[in-house]
Amino acid sequence: MTERQVIKRAKYKSSIKDPGTPGVLTMKRERFVFMPSDPRSLMKLNVEFRFIIGHKFSKEAPNKKALLNLTQDKGESYIFEFDSFSDRDACRDFVAMAIAPPANAGKAASDKSTGPPSTEQLSTAEMDRRIKLLQVDSELQKLHKEFVMGGVLTEAEFWATRKKLLDDKISSKSKQRVGLKSDMIFNVKPSSDGQALHIAHKFISHALSHAVIQIFAEKPAVRRAYLNLVPKKMTETDFWIKYWRAEYLHSTKNIVAAAAEAAEDEELAVFLKKDDILASEARRKIRRVDPTLDMEADEGDDYTHLPDHGLSRYALKDSTDSQYDLYKRSFLQDLNRHAAVVLEGRSVDVELGDTRSVAEALTRLKQVESANEASNTLMEQGRSDLISRMAELEDLQGPRDHPVAPLSIKDPRDYFDSQQANAVKTLGESQSGSKHMKCILNAHEAYGSLRKSISEIKGLGLTDPIVKPEVAIKVFNELTRRISNTNYHLGKDPHESVLDGLPNVTKEEILHYRFVSQQWTSIQELLKHFWSSYPITTTYLHIKVNKVKDAMSKIYQKLQDIKSSVQQDFRHPVSLIVQPMTQALDAAFAHYEADFQKRSTKSVERPNGFV
Amino acid sequence: MTPVSKKLYTDDVSLLVVLIDTNPYFWSTSNQGLPYSKFLSHLIAFLNSILLLNQLNQVVVIATGINSCGHIYDSSLAPPNKRAETLLQKLEDFVLKDEELSAEDSVDGIKSSLLSGSLSLALCYIQRVFRSGTLHPQPRILCLHGSPDGPGQYVAVMNSIFSAQRSMLPIDSCVIGAQHSAFLQQASHITSGIYAKPQQLDGLFQYLSTLFATDLHSRSFIQLHKSVGVDFRASCFCHKSTIDMGYICSVCLSIFCKPHKKCSTCGSTFGQPQATVSSTSNLKRKAVDT
Repeated sequence: MTERQVIKRAKYKSSIKDPGTPGVLTMKRERFVFMPSDPRSLMKLNVEFRFIIGHKFSKEAPNKKALLNLTQDKGESYIFEFDSFSDRDACRDFVAMAIAPPANAGKAASDKSTGPPSTEQLSTAEMDRRIKLLQVDSELQKLHKEFVMGGVLTEAEFWATRKKLLDDKISSKSKQRVGLKSDMIFNVKPSSDGQALHIAHKFISHALSHAVIQIFAEKPAVRRAYLNLVPKKMTETDFWIKYWRAEYLHSTKNIVAAAAEAAEDEELAVFLKKDDILASEARRKIRRVDPTLDMEADEGDDYTHLPDHGLSRYALKDSTDSQYDLYKRSFLQDLNRHAAVVLEGRSVDVELGDTRSVAEALTRLKQVESANEASNTLMEQGRSDLISRMAELEDLQGPRDHPVAPLSIKDPRDYFDSQQANAVKTLGESQSGSKHMKCILNAHEAYGSLRKSISEIKGLGLTDPIVKPEVAIKVFNELTRRISNTNYHLGKDPHESVLDGLPNVTKEEILHYRFVSQQWTSIQELLKHFWSSYPITTTYLHIKVNKVKDAMSKIYQKLQDIKSSVQQDFRHPVSLIVQPMTQALDAAFAHYEADFQKRSTKSVERPNGFV
Repeated sequence: MTPVSKKLYTDDVSLLVVLIDTNPYFWSTSNQGLPYSKFLSHLIAFLNSILLLNQLNQVVVIATGINSCGHIYDSSLAPPNKRAETLLQKLEDFVLKDEELSAEDSVDGIKSSLLSGSLSLALCYIQRVFRSGTLHPQPRILCLHGSPDGPGQYVAVMNSIFSAQRSMLPIDSCVIGAQHSAFLQQASHITSGIYAKPQQLDGLFQYLSTLFATDLHSRSFIQLHKSVGVDFRASCFCHKSTIDMGYICSVCLSIFCKPHKKCSTCGSTFGQPQATVSSTSNLKRKAVDT
C-alpha cells in the first residue's frame, strides 16, 4: 500500500453521455469522495470501497476520453472522466488496490457485504486455527512455505481455497446418525412373580427411556394399550407391573396358566396374546411381495419341521390345542421383530422425556408410513399388471418337442497336444527332447542303470565340494543378471512398478524419486491458482498470474533436468511419472501465451466497452 | 512327535515336499545333462541344508515313477543320523517295485512320469499337516522334473494345481530336462511359485539353494527369479496355431480361426442367420499374458 490517498480533478458522470460535473475526486483507503466544484451542486459522493465490486476503464487512445467506471454491486455505477490518462491510471490502480484484498487482511472481496470490512486485521482465532493446521499437516506446511514465503502466492489466496479446513464448526459435527443398539436388553425373563414386580418398579423409577422406546417399537400392541389405558384407566405404574407380570407368565412356559389369567384380566390379556398390529403389518407386507419371484426351495430351507430350531419357549405337549395358539409366543418371533426394528433405524429422538409422548410419537410415525403406503396405488397397479402377464409359469407348461442333437466331443488330449507344442514353440527352446529320442529303450536296461546309479552314490557318498567354485560363480552371475534385468519385471503385477522394488537409497540416488512425486502437490496448487485467475480482469490478477507462471517454469525446468539425468534403465518408468506433470504445465503455459497474444492484439482493436 | 513349544515356531519353519523324477528312460538317455548319481548327490546335499536352516523344518520326498508314485523319505520319521542311507534304500526299493509294475519290455521314446500322481500324494500329505492343528510348518512343494509332459494327465494335473492354489501352496518347479514343461509353468504361475530351468546342470545344488531354499515368509522381501510369463493364448482347433481373435462355437466352446458351416467338435450346424445375431457366434479376443 504505497499511497494513502489520491486526489485528482475529475468529472462525475451519471451516464456516458452526460457531460459531467467537474469536481475533485479524493480517494482514500476505504472510500472515495467526490466534491463538485460548484458548491450548489448536489452531486456529492461519498462511497465506501466496500460497495464497489469492480472497475472498468477505457483504453488509452488519443481521441478517447479517460474514463473510469466503478461498479457497485447493487447495479449502480459511478463514471468519472479525467483530464489525462495518467490521472485516470493512477486512480485506477488505487481503486484496484483498494478493492482487492490486501495482503494481510482476512477473507476475499465478496465477503465485504457482510460484517466488518476486509481491511481489518485477522482475528486471533483465525490465526490460531491456521497455525494449528500448519503444525498438524506437514504437507500443507511445505506448500505454505514454498509459496507464501517464497512470494508466489499471498496468504489470502492460499487459504481462500482451504476454507473448509479452517472452519472447524463444520468438521466437528458428525455426519453420522447413531443407530439403535442391537442387543435385546429387555428380553429379561423374570423367574418369579416377585422379581417381576421388582423389575417393574425399577423400570418406572428410572424411567429408562430408551428401554421404553425399544419396547414400544417392537410391540405395537403394547404401545396401543399404553395410549389407551394410561392415564385414563390405570396409572403408569400399574401398567408396567401388568406388563412384567405378563413377561413372567411367558417365562414360566405355562400356557394354561397364561390363558387362565388372560381370561380373568382383560388388560393382561393384551400382553399375553399375540400382537395383532404386527400380524396385520406382516400380512400387508406379504401382499406386497412379488409373486413372480422365482425362488427355489430345497431341503436346507425346510425349517418348518424343526420345532423352532430348539429354541422354543414352550415344551408343547399338546400341540393341537387351538385355543392356546393365541398365547404362544416364540423366541424366534421376538428376535426377528427386534432385528427388524433395529434395521429400520432410529426414528424418534431420545430426548423426549415422557413415556406417553414417546408412545404418541411412534404411533404418529407409523400412521404416516401406512398413509404413504396406502397412497401408492400406482405401484399396486404396476404390480398387478406384472402378475397377470407372468401368469404363465414355465414349469407348468407342457413339454415342447425339441429335436435333440447328439453331442460328440473329441478327446481333449488331442487339443492339449497341440497346445503344448505351441507353448513350447513360443518359448523358443529347441524341441530336442520330444522329437529326437526315438531310440528304442529296453525297460530292463533302463531300470537297471537307474539302480546302478543309486548304489554308486551309496558307495561314493557326497562329493566334496558338491559344486565346483567356478560353476557356482557362473550360476550366481546368471541368476543375478536375471533378477536385476528389468525386462523380467513385466507381467506379474501391472501396478507394481520397477521403482517400488528398489531399496530406498538407490531410488533417491538415481532419480530423486521422492522429490518428483512431491512436486505433484506443488504443481497442483500452482495450477489451481493459475486457472482460477483467468479470465484476467484486474491488474491484481495479472500480477498473480505472472508470479504463478514464474514458479511453474522453475518447477518445469527442474523436471526436465531430472528426466535427462536419469539412467537408461529407469528412464521409462520415470518419464511415466513425470509426463502428466509436464503435460499439465504445458497446457497452462500454452493458455497463458494464447491469452497474452489475444490481449495484446485486442488492445489495438476496439476499446473496452466505451464508445 | 514330541509337542514343541510355541516359542520355537518362528516365521520361517517350513515343510518342503520334493517330488523327484524317477523316470528311468529319461535318466538313462540324458547324456548331455546330469547323470542320476550326481543328481542324487546334489539333492541330498540340498535336503541337508534345508534341515539345517531351522530345527523344526521338515522334508518329505516323493518319487515320481512311470507306473507308480511313492513316499521315499519323511524327515520326521527317519532316524536323524542316517538320512541319506534311509532315503537311498527306500528309493532303490521303489525303483524295483516300479519295474515290476511295468507291462512292456521296450518303449518308444521317453515315457512321461506320473506327475499328477505325485502331486496328489503331496497335496494329501499337506492336507494332513494342515489338519494336525494350528501349529504347523508352512508347506510348499518343489518339483524336480525332467520328463516330458504327458497329455493324458492334463486334467488331473490342472485339478491338483487348482487345489494347491486354493490351499495357497506354492509349487516351485526346477526343470532338469531339455525342454520346458508347460504344466509346471502353469503350476508355478498360478500358485505364485518359482519356475526355473537351470542352464548349468552341474551347478544344480547352487540353483536349488539360491532359489528354492527360501521359506514362504522370506519370499515377501527377497527378490527371486521372476518368470518371463506364461503363454495363455488359445490355439485354434483346425490348424493348432495360436490365435488372438477367432470364432467360438456356442455349443461346445471350441475355437476356430475362420468361420465354418459346421462345428467339427460337436457337429452342431451354424447357419440360420437371425436378424441381430450373426450365425458364427461370438468374436472373442484372447488377452495375451506375457
